[in-house]
Amino acid sequence: MTHVDLTTSLGSLQLSAPTLTASGCAAAGKELAQFGDVATLGAVVTKSIMMAPRSGRATPRMAETPSGMLNSIGLQGPGIESFLENDLAWLRANNVTTIVSIAGNNVDEFGELARILAKVEGVDGLEVNISCPNVESRGQVFACNPISAAQVIETVRSVWHSDAPVLAKLSPDVTDIVEIAHSVVEAGVDGVSMINTLLGMVIDVDKMKPMLGGRTGGLSGPAIRPVAVRAIYQVHAALPHLPILGMGGIRTGHDALEFIAAGASAVSIGTVVFGDPGAPWRIANELGQELQARGYNSLSEVIGLAHQN
Amino acid sequence: MKCVIRSMSPVGSYLHMVLDAPEVGEVQPGHFAAVAVGGIGSGMLLRRAFSIHKSTPGETLEIIFAAHGQGTQWLATQSTGDEIDVVAPLGKPFVLPRAAIPCVIVAGGYGAAPMELLARELRARGCRVDVILGAATQEKLFGVLDLKAVSDSVTVTTDDGTSGVRGRVTDVLADLIQKNNSQAVYACGPMPMLQAVAKVSQDNGAFSQCAVEESMACGIGVCMTCVLPVIGDDGVTRMARSCVEGPVFRGDRVRWDDVNTVPSDAFGAPRPGGH
Repeated sequence: MTHVDLTTSLGSLQLSAPTLTASGCAAAGKELAQFGDVATLGAVVTKSIMMAPRSGRATPRMAETPSGMLNSIGLQGPGIESFLENDLAWLRANNVTTIVSIAGNNVDEFGELARILAKVEGVDGLEVNISCPNVESRGQVFACNPISAAQVIETVRSVWHSDAPVLAKLSPDVTDIVEIAHSVVEAGVDGVSMINTLLGMVIDVDKMKPMLGGRTGGLSGPAIRPVAVRAIYQVHAALPHLPILGMGGIRTGHDALEFIAAGASAVSIGTVVFGDPGAPWRIANELGQELQARGYNSLSEVIGLAHQN
Repeated sequence: MKCVIRSMSPVGSYLHMVLDAPEVGEVQPGHFAAVAVGGIGSGMLLRRAFSIHKSTPGETLEIIFAAHGQGTQWLATQSTGDEIDVVAPLGKPFVLPRAAIPCVIVAGGYGAAPMELLARELRARGCRVDVILGAATQEKLFGVLDLKAVSDSVTVTTDDGTSGVRGRVTDVLADLIQKNNSQAVYACGPMPMLQAVAKVSQDNGAFSQCAVEESMACGIGVCMTCVLPVIGDDGVTRMARSCVEGPVFRGDRVRWDDVNTVPSDAFGAPRPGGH
């Protein structure tokens, strides 16, 4: 253990630890409990929840790629009703700081989900997933268009009267991520989560067809880390007061420190959890050591520091 | 947990790895282990899953693997004394019968890995145990001698006739079930074999349990990669995770024809206009 102060915040939400789980990489936290105390994480960011139960896409849903993986899960989940009854109840019972990720087929569904979640206890933040690449139509990736991104956020904001922060999850698959960030800020987000996966494809040359059942998939893991660091750096430069939850291939405390220096206030640990379920706790410890080794007393003094030089 | 490799030896086309596993708990037949590959900083992020061959709680863990892909090829280059990272035991194991009923074990290739352990458990319950081991060719058979020691009979089939009966495991399964009035069939192997075993079992009045082989990313239930359509107790088909709801499923509950698809009547299946 180090003496470095690793507490941080995302808008009004105080976090006791700097590492969170990334949406889609820890279900709703329960499965990770055999590897560590989930309540000691910064927060669990749940797998994106939708109104209705959803089967997800056909298999194969995964292909391992160099320093990463491609997935086409397609938001398999139990629907909001079951989520509240089972998953959120478990998270509350275990005192887990919880950021609920929501995904809608259309703008109204995002609003409906936010309306339902605004009325229940135990939701410490919302992450609005406007950037899942595993949808049938690219037109449904709201985060690829500043106007539709803003529409979703305005709708959520209009029914969200809690202090708990609303974060928009952004896609790196855009020409100018700063433009999208500006539009969701104007629409009223308290912060942004970045980055979601990049759209990719792997082809099986024996069967001569795309390897994934969904044909395309989202690329994640250390392979995309420099893209994430760049995106965070750009958005922090343009909007220095906007809280950023950073994610994209973080595997070590050293990686996490890059994200903090680029401008993230906290980080989500995603794909690396699949191979190392204890990673969110390990990386928090390592981050403390990395900061101490460089003579820093707190994480907060390092946020965005790479912009000074 | 960190495990030191105690030994690694070739068995036919496969490798048999024995690990020092002081932290491992009790292993039941059908449990699997997830092994990290490639070492520190490896570009291979995902663990490889292997059914556990044998284990002594607090002491050892044994796996059988074929060095087919990049990850298992790396594993094959490791030496005695090297340390690897393992998560085990994982998954739901085979359900054992309460009564002393006649059982059949069917395995394809290194799908036989967990079957010696299973045969011992069944025998300990007073069950008659008949075994069918199949493979493409003799070198790809596994566990023939070991299973002979813990069962009432072992029948071998090979596609090319290099050992035992020329043909498939299902060519001899129906007769065996009929002859011994077998009531439960336990199977592990490739998906087409499991599908055929489940059908033959059902047609002959036996209950089957199949340990499936689906590609996994996490092995612990968080990623939703390893799903297949399985009918629940309520009659509803769900995309079930083979890592935590399996890998052992009732053969009559898996919708084998629909594997690699999402059946239109599955829970949460895409509806026109959405998804």
